[in-house]
Amino acid sequence: MTGLLLAIVLFLLVLATAQIVRIYELATKASKRDEYVVTNKDNNNQGRLMLVFGIGLLSSFVWMVNAWSPIFLPKPSSLHGVEIDMLWDISMGLIVVVFFIVQPILFFFAYKYRGKEGQKATYYEHNNKLEFIWTIVPAIVLAVLIVYGMTTWSNVWNPDNDEEPIVIELYAQQFKWIARYSGDDNTLGNANVRLIKGVNIIGVDTLDATSSDDIITSELHLPVGRPIKFMFRSQDVIHSAYMPHFRAQMNCVPGAQTSFQFTPTITTEEIRMDPDVIKKVERINKIRLEAGKEFYEYDYLLLCNKVCGSAHYNMQMPLIVETEAEYAQWLSEQKTVKESI
Amino acid sequence: MAKEINEEAISHDDQEHHVENFWTKYVFSMDHKMIGKQFLVTGMVMGVLGVFMSMLFRLQLAWPNEKFVILESILGKWAPEGQMDPNIYLALVTIHGTIMVFFVLTAGLSGTFSNLLIPLQIGARDMASGFLNMLSYWFFAASSVVMVVSLFVETGPASGGWTVYPPLSALPQAMPGSGAGMTLWLVSMTLFIAGSLLGSLNYIVTIINLRTKGMSMDRLPLTIWAFFVTAILGVLSFPVLLSAALLLMFDRLLGTSFYLSDIMVAGELLHNEGGSPVLYEHLFWFLGHPEVYIILLPALGITSEVIATNSRKPIFGYRAMIGSILAIAFLSFIVWGHHMFITGMNPFLGSVFTFTTLLIAIPSAVKAFNYITTLWKGNIQFTPAMLFSIGLVSTFVAGGLTGIILGDSALDINVHDTYFVVAHFHIVMGLSAIFGMFAGVYHWFPKMYRRMMNKTMGYLHFWLTFISAYGVFFPMHFTGLAGLPRRYYSNAEFPMFDEIQDINVIITIFAIFGGLAQLIFLFNFFYSMWRGPVAPKNPWRSNTLEWTTPVEHIHGNWKGEIPTVYRWPYDYSKPGHDDDFVPQSTPRFKNEPGH
Repeated sequence: MTGLLLAIVLFLLVLATAQIVRIYELATKASKRDEYVVTNKDNNNQGRLMLVFGIGLLSSFVWMVNAWSPIFLPKPSSLHGVEIDMLWDISMGLIVVVFFIVQPILFFFAYKYRGKEGQKATYYEHNNKLEFIWTIVPAIVLAVLIVYGMTTWSNVWNPDNDEEPIVIELYAQQFKWIARYSGDDNTLGNANVRLIKGVNIIGVDTLDATSSDDIITSELHLPVGRPIKFMFRSQDVIHSAYMPHFRAQMNCVPGAQTSFQFTPTITTEEIRMDPDVIKKVERINKIRLEAGKEFYEYDYLLLCNKVCGSAHYNMQMPLIVETEAEYAQWLSEQKTVKESI
Repeated sequence: MAKEINEEAISHDDQEHHVENFWTKYVFSMDHKMIGKQFLVTGMVMGVLGVFMSMLFRLQLAWPNEKFVILESILGKWAPEGQMDPNIYLALVTIHGTIMVFFVLTAGLSGTFSNLLIPLQIGARDMASGFLNMLSYWFFAASSVVMVVSLFVETGPASGGWTVYPPLSALPQAMPGSGAGMTLWLVSMTLFIAGSLLGSLNYIVTIINLRTKGMSMDRLPLTIWAFFVTAILGVLSFPVLLSAALLLMFDRLLGTSFYLSDIMVAGELLHNEGGSPVLYEHLFWFLGHPEVYIILLPALGITSEVIATNSRKPIFGYRAMIGSILAIAFLSFIVWGHHMFITGMNPFLGSVFTFTTLLIAIPSAVKAFNYITTLWKGNIQFTPAMLFSIGLVSTFVAGGLTGIILGDSALDINVHDTYFVVAHFHIVMGLSAIFGMFAGVYHWFPKMYRRMMNKTMGYLHFWLTFISAYGVFFPMHFTGLAGLPRRYYSNAEFPMFDEIQDINVIITIFAIFGGLAQLIFLFNFFYSMWRGPVAPKNPWRSNTLEWTTPVEHIHGNWKGEIPTVYRWPYDYSKPGHDDDFVPQSTPRFKNEPGH
């Protein structure tokens, strides 16, 4: 029945279009104008539309920044994150300035130099000086950005830590995360997928002496102010460990080990007291209340950010940053490999 | 050499008179004009499919928990009761990307206009090899058919994202889409690459050897320069993708371990050892990044031509434009690593790729400024093609600027694979290229179909497309900065993303609106093909050689001799001439300045 109705509607639509086309054709024939020739009126109209669009584009940009910047990630909760955000702000500021110079010029020129009948354009084929300027100026600006970017990148990878970082393994599999703490010796025991058996779910080599104090958990707790060195492994496909609040991300590659290091600076308790975060949580809870969903409390998260299969969109792990004492307390409550396997 | 071949073509044309039947004229044609049209129509069919898919998955993203009856009637078992399955969501995203990048913006854009314009604009009777040219199209057609067929296999089409990274794409156990659908994807791409290589070789040989008398390299229209460099990029980079695809095929079918090592999937321990998925990523992006410019350069070439013609001014800085095309092409080969900053690649390499990547901004900036200066003091004729070209400059600038952020390894860490990236590449490469393609269709439609497209519908099409294009992709920057990863079937599992749902709805509304606006174009296209007013010989009063050919298509392009070229193609509004255009075939008067 719906099929029949749909067919009738489609048929009527086609019929209506055909009629409109016929009327249009007759009308153009009557006026004897060439429909494709661009007239003065067209140029005026389109030129003005260009100007209007340009203004609209820039104002909607301003509007979006105003309305939507509160949804951005809150301030970084890691040492290197502050540096990255600084570089971000400078780069972003720069490109916004260029955007606000180039786009208006483009749309203004389109409007200003709209064609008029009988008018001739200026023959102007090149100007070496001008071209030199707009090659060399971007080159200088980019040289600065490149040097600044490379320095930041190098600092991210070579942080000057006074203390030995805590080594933690993040193990990815479809579709969950598992953490392995290196224990008192701060050394992870060997592991390989070939050793996965029964309760040994991530293939820890129990014959390796350094593995006996390792601790396997399904939650990620980090002590504030201590450098953490993450070692990543994957069991099946490529995953990506994304910790946006810390400006940290690294792929987990099967058959290889990757790493990333950062120092968390703000505990979960503290970030919940941040004014921006409080406002954010209020807004989110208002939305959730209307939708009848449970109350939300702000939390750091570890997300998977490399497509890994059907439940990729829900591959997450709670991440808690706490004081050194709380961390030690929590860790002591967990079972070591020796106890559990 | 060049002369000989062209002479041969003339005599060949004179001596035997071909009687073309339906099959040799419309199907197995060896005429470059017909092959160009075949590429265009096939590309459009694939484009409709690709855009339609994006509308489906946008529905899911805006209203993740709603049931849409229509989805079940389209997707069948993949959307029980109208609720889209996560697997088909990933499949739609993957095939949308594959179709748009390869089938529409590579074959549909470069295939169409390289074929149509290279012989016509350089003054040649046809491509160097008509037969290879025909093969190139038929490989492409076959690959399109295989890709479409893959949509109908039991386990669904390829679903690992358009980059199809192994092991996800290598292991049928990892997701349904990595079954037969993925094999067909690889078969399709293999055919596609073969077709693309045949085409590119032909373009290069034709441009080098078959230019008419007087058509020196520094008198070539910028379209031809763009197609020439694009073809070189294709010849050098597509074979690398072919090897990546073949090795992946071996891993899938023959049990080799090029990309696989130490894997346990779905409870099953695999025997593979010693391979690395990162190897695949290197091979893929060695093509993948030049591919961006394979898509973009033809669009920029078309824009150069359209902006100069319709500003009634020479393109500003012709030599700088050629230089920047060459610089972009060269750099595009040494920047692929910026797609891999966080793959575990050595951080030192990250620095190197940051350096080379940001350099691309320099020639790109030169191009943008030169376009804008071409408009300055022009006498702009707003044809629909001109509107799309100006739109291209706008999106090229808007999207190019965020490239400065993403190319910086330190900044990439936190926005890698988020919607910020989706926004960036759709604007700079998707929109710019599709705008260039539309500009090309509106501009050269009279040359292809001997009739004119409707101007008013063209205007309407442009404005609706332009507004919805920015409406879709601009807000994505913001959801990306909220940390939203791409390729998420739903973000309802994360309360922290609850407040961006409104933005997702806005994006979807613009997407549907923009998708529907393309119906105006399709109608205009097919209507004008049969009912549009008959085109005059040179409707845009343009300088290039294609407008000296007769309106009726003839084998060999010109009756009698091929015109000789006496000047560059951009003598618009040149002092000393009465008209505001001087075709390339106009002899120079005594002591006339310029090239």
